[in-house]
Amino acid sequence: MTVLLVLVLTLVGVAGTAVVLSSTPERMVVTYSLLGLSLGMLFMVLQAPDVALSQVAVGTAVMPMMILLATRTMQKDRANRRGEDS
Amino acid sequence: MSRRVRLLVFLIGGAAVAVLLSLAFLDMPHVGRSEHLYRDLAVPASVRHATANVVSAVNFDQRAVDTFGEETILIASVVGAAALLRPAKEETERRPPDTSRILESTRLVGYLLLPVTLMVGLDVVGHGQLTPGGGFQGGVVLATGLHLLYVAGSYPALDRLRPLELFDVLDALGAATFAAVGLAGIAIAGSFLTNMISFGSLGQLFSAGTVPVLNVAVGMEVFAAMVAILAKFLEQDITVVKRDATEEAGS
Repeated sequence: MTVLLVLVLTLVGVAGTAVVLSSTPERMVVTYSLLGLSLGMLFMVLQAPDVALSQVAVGTAVMPMMILLATRTMQKDRANRRGEDS
Repeated sequence: MSRRVRLLVFLIGGAAVAVLLSLAFLDMPHVGRSEHLYRDLAVPASVRHATANVVSAVNFDQRAVDTFGEETILIASVVGAAALLRPAKEETERRPPDTSRILESTRLVGYLLLPVTLMVGLDVVGHGQLTPGGGFQGGVVLATGLHLLYVAGSYPALDRLRPLELFDVLDALGAATFAAVGLAGIAIAGSFLTNMISFGSLGQLFSAGTVPVLNVAVGMEVFAAMVAILAKFLEQDITVVKRDATEEAGS
């Protein structure tokens, strides 16, 4: 049990560091959803399946989707503006 | 502030937080010990109301007012997203471009998983009083599952199957049901959100009194709210464009 806990906690730490070190928002979305999944595993190991379900549903599916859509809209906007300038 | 001063301020603050957190963690009760004050109160209360899933008993019975507050937060965020992301003056809506370049494998897995995900979502909402899950988790699963139609199919397909006016009504209806159950608690038992329906027997589908009713209300609200928010984000990305951009495309 403790070994599993240490293992999953390390995974969360590694995934969190990967999110911080991601260079672009698009890459961050992928690492962020991996962090969400590892947090879900952590909650599962700590015997909180209800929280794990919420975490996996929101952290690995809904949030990355929102971030992806938002960054794509911003890029489109930036490209439009660049087109107007030239 | 120069870079060095900023770094110094961060290092001092970071060190202080690290010390305080370490002290707090050292003083915390150990994981997995046998004495547990809150459990000793919550579990018997949950069993008295025939709720097999203690977490649901805490969320929808013992501390249902907290959950009601969270529901209002969700409604407020939907209203906020809708107000902020409406097409601006210089923007207009267009027909979504036909992008049918989807991998066959994505299409296959998406369409296979669409009904499965929706069934899992309904199952999680419906069994909140018995097994892990409940209205919130099930609602999110239902909302994300529905968007497989966009990932595997197309935006027009999703748009046709998701009448947004209906989802606005569903959102309000879910929150109103929660409030109505709360007010019924006042009318029948004298206080807001009292669990006043007959509890049934522990472990049955229809047990735990108002817990499954509130779960379904929350499931409806979360499903509708998530779909509405994601719809606003999708619209911004796909159908909303600058006015002159469409005129150029049209000419």
